[in-house]
Amino acid sequence: MMQELLLQNLPALLLAVPMLGAFATPLIGKASGGARNLWAVAIMLATLAVAVLLTAQVLSTGTVVYTFGAETPDLTVPADSGGIPIRIIFTVDAMGAFMALAASFVGLGVMLYSFASASRSTGQNGYYALLLLLVVGILGMVCTGDMFNFFVFLEINSLAGAALVASRVDKGVAVEAGLKYAVLSTLGGLLVLFAIALLYGQYGALNIAVIASRMLFTPLDQIALVMLLVALAMKAGAVPMHFWTPDAYSMAPSSITALLVVASQASLYGVFRVVFTLYGLTLEYATIGWIIIILGVLSMFVGVTMAIPQKDVKRLMAYHAVSQTGYMLLGVGVGLAVLGNQQLLDTYGVIAMEGGIFHIINHAMYKGLLFLTAGAIFYRTGTRNLNQLGGLGHSMKWTMVFFIIGALAIAGIPPFNGFASKLMIYESVFLFNPLLAIIAMVVSILTLASFVKVFHSIFMGPRLPEYADVREVPAPMIIGMALLSLLVILFGVFPQEVVDLLITPAAGALIDQGGYIASVLGGA
Amino acid sequence: MFFNLPFIVAALLVILGIITMLIKRNLIKMIMGLALVEAGVNLLLVSIGYRAGGIAPIFTSAPDGVMVMPTVQAMTLTNIVIGIATTALLLSFVMVIYRMYGTANAEKVRKLRG
Amino acid sequence: MNMSKIVRSAANLLFPFILVFGFYIVLHGHLTPGGGFQGGAVIATGFVLMFVAYSYDFITGCIGAESLHTTETIGLLLFIVTALVALGFGVTFFTNWMLDVGPVLNNPVAYGPNPGDLNTAGFIPVMNLAVGIEVLGALSVIVLYMLSGTKEEI
Repeated sequence: MMQELLLQNLPALLLAVPMLGAFATPLIGKASGGARNLWAVAIMLATLAVAVLLTAQVLSTGTVVYTFGAETPDLTVPADSGGIPIRIIFTVDAMGAFMALAASFVGLGVMLYSFASASRSTGQNGYYALLLLLVVGILGMVCTGDMFNFFVFLEINSLAGAALVASRVDKGVAVEAGLKYAVLSTLGGLLVLFAIALLYGQYGALNIAVIASRMLFTPLDQIALVMLLVALAMKAGAVPMHFWTPDAYSMAPSSITALLVVASQASLYGVFRVVFTLYGLTLEYATIGWIIIILGVLSMFVGVTMAIPQKDVKRLMAYHAVSQTGYMLLGVGVGLAVLGNQQLLDTYGVIAMEGGIFHIINHAMYKGLLFLTAGAIFYRTGTRNLNQLGGLGHSMKWTMVFFIIGALAIAGIPPFNGFASKLMIYESVFLFNPLLAIIAMVVSILTLASFVKVFHSIFMGPRLPEYADVREVPAPMIIGMALLSLLVILFGVFPQEVVDLLITPAAGALIDQGGYIASVLGGA
Repeated sequence: MFFNLPFIVAALLVILGIITMLIKRNLIKMIMGLALVEAGVNLLLVSIGYRAGGIAPIFTSAPDGVMVMPTVQAMTLTNIVIGIATTALLLSFVMVIYRMYGTANAEKVRKLRG
Repeated sequence: MNMSKIVRSAANLLFPFILVFGFYIVLHGHLTPGGGFQGGAVIATGFVLMFVAYSYDFITGCIGAESLHTTETIGLLLFIVTALVALGFGVTFFTNWMLDVGPVLNNPVAYGPNPGDLNTAGFIPVMNLAVGIEVLGALSVIVLYMLSGTKEEI
């Protein structure tokens, strides 16, 4: 009975558990700080467990739909509703489940790491509550099947993220970064809502599946598409709307930055969901595909060239995050550009998409890891300036090992996970357009060069007198980083297994617009 | 034309708001611009949902007639609530910035560069 | 700093009426325009009136930010727990599980002019109440914190 109840309500629990955790955190924190930390990690563990169960369910039985406020979860279209799903429906397909899994895993790593890294700051009750709310926002965005619901979770994501970016209030610059992030996210959110209003005015529905099944691609739809793409690409940090990323990523506490990476990828998921599922074949996929490819190539190149001269280690990593986002856009953009041509899709389109999607989870892992190591260095030395750091290899051995793993993974060196996904992107994009593949490889080499420089200036050299008493970071931070590096290595050594298990269904789910619609509206 | 007026006004509000955000240098005025954009979106939502002579959809035993689908009204309310949360957050950011930097001029609040 | 005696007396006089009106809007949320957020906002304006009329120190002596935080948290927890209880009835999250269960909050809404029957609409009044106390706590605490920010010297 209990088990059945649990399995039936997994999509709701995926949100309800962290939400309950976030709301109860201040109350528990008032009683005792230790109890609150235990509570927060227990909630994250439970969320991860629900995400794993949900992914297993999606992979075994196909897309899971969940209707809020109905007698049964699969009652999407009530008999007296006139054929329209009037309730809020969660539609979790393989792509959504995959994103939820990645987000809750990074969330767990961040939570463990926060025990030590946030232990010296004030306002921890608010910190943990907002952290859980940010997780709620991300999970909601990737699970929902309703456009307005998507907007609401986007706003939860933005508000919690902005408040966390500015959480070190004692430094004015953190608030400046938070203000920039909040203004841009809100403006983006309002553009999304404007687009949703245009869609609702024409099709009288908010459900993604219903709008997709009625999509006519009128001029109003084109305006809505442009607004959605601009707003979501801005939130994902793609060039030329990337200017907030270095500020927000470098000023937020490192644990938060690792989660902000996942938050931007939830917006990237939004871009993919809009172009593939909402519009699908009705849009001129070749044009939109090339626009996404060009955005991706620009992001890759501008990101990496801006990263090389940076002096602040987190700012440098933030520009690399922009650059890596470009790979995902490139891979999925190639898939979109050949969406209508089944033969080309089979030859390289699907592989390119799989590469792009695989890169999402890989990037969340290694970039999260890199930001956490940067946070560990800041925790002990109090500076992020590359010119002042040096010789830390003598005293922070674990951090150095984790940094090497992350740096080699981001540069695409085997046997780490970055290599696996980048190889898939190179091979397939080369068949599409060799020039793009060459640019991608050059960017990879520049990334490696940049990280060799960073590694040298942080860890190599003689032990500096001002860092004589620097020790290794506390155990919870090491566990948080170890968790992520374990997956980095695991995904790098067994890429084929991961691709078969998670990525291929996810790419298939994005392409299969008809399946998505049928899972909500019934019939085929 | 007359019945399109709300839509035109909504678009105008959004455009005015974005222009305000771009040309004003005072942070508080930029937030006012954001509020204008939000008002425009709300107006668009409400005008889409308007049905002449409709009945409020809360009665179990209502007489026959056009009933209003309250989706957009609910969306507008949600957006108002979100807007209040955002505005409060942004204004408190500006308060902190004013205290730290001694100014709310966006051209002087620029420690983050590069 | 306290405002003048006239302002304080007027605030004292108005405060209970604002509270009553706010709670009226909260409790009639399922019958008339209004609801949890709107009523909570009205109640919060009552608190803001008191904050303006009296000095910051006097206010924080009477009602701390901590107790307002607790109010907010209790409202949120009531909301989410009410939604979660639905799972125990074998229906999905956020289903109106109080409907068709016992005589509480279960009358049909009469059409036409009537005094208003509060005993209707299942768990929606409960949700309104939860949102109402959440909003009154949250908005008051925001204003209280902003007030504390203006007090400090630059």
